[in-house]
Amino acid sequence: MGLGRSAATDVTSLRMLRKARDRIDRDYREEIGIAALASGAGYSREHFIRAFHAAYGETPGRYRTRRRVERARDLLRSANLTVTEICYLVGFSSVGTFSSRFSELTGMSPTRYRAEAAARGGPAPIPGCFALMWETGLPAAPAGQDRTCGEARGAGTGVPSGA
Amino acid sequence: MINGISIVSVWVLDQDSAREFYTGKLGFELTNDIKLDNGMRWLTVRPPGNAGQEFLLMDPSHSMLDEQTAAAVRGLVAKGALSPGVMATTDCRGDYEALVTRGVEFSQPPAERPYGVEAILRDDSGNWFSFTQRTG
Repeated sequence: MGLGRSAATDVTSLRMLRKARDRIDRDYREEIGIAALASGAGYSREHFIRAFHAAYGETPGRYRTRRRVERARDLLRSANLTVTEICYLVGFSSVGTFSSRFSELTGMSPTRYRAEAAARGGPAPIPGCFALMWETGLPAAPAGQDRTCGEARGAGTGVPSGA
Repeated sequence: MINGISIVSVWVLDQDSAREFYTGKLGFELTNDIKLDNGMRWLTVRPPGNAGQEFLLMDPSHSMLDEQTAAAVRGLVAKGALSPGVMATTDCRGDYEALVTRGVEFSQPPAERPYGVEAILRDDSGNWFSFTQRTG
């Protein structure tokens, strides 16, 4: 167990990671550099990516992609905008990248997603924030890795270097 | 007949900071701040527009939890994994502007939803709340 490490240190670093993650949630449209997020949280770029991955199970770059796709799904369900407009609105700079990331995370293209959502009728009576936190909240933990205590465990284990 | 919820427990990382955040920034009323014999600090606050329901702002390290469990809960709060629920407001956009000015952090600004206007608020510990003005 990683709890032997000072809990106070864990809490301090987890708070900083959470603030960086909130910044991705708030400013998902902008291309904030990972290095800028890292320095804001008091980390070097590489250490930040490892610590973020240890706490949340994915790199900050991957999290931002999921956040953007989640926002795109919301707009596809509710907004009278074209797929291309939504692509740029949520922060992607190329429709090709948007479509492939969207399909990878959703299992279907943006166009088909919109058609299926329309066929189902109106939005489900679930508060959007819960839908948001469900979708971008906490991904399933990688096998054998308990992430409840953040970087105390699993730091430096096979994290992709590209954020 | 169960007729409501009187107290909701909210895990916080620092009770002094939480007291200041909930009363000073969110405008809650302090209802209790009592040190119990067992070392627990019974700190409760109440939203200004509600005579009934209170939040119990609990420090996991001074609660019924063992040391290891308390450390795990503190980690979950700090990383932003926990949500005590939904705060109801009569003016989501107006309150959002006022609270941001006071330094309250939101991870999502007010947006139109089928059921009303909703933002997502973080407390000073890392708990998130839906911050919702319902339609109708």
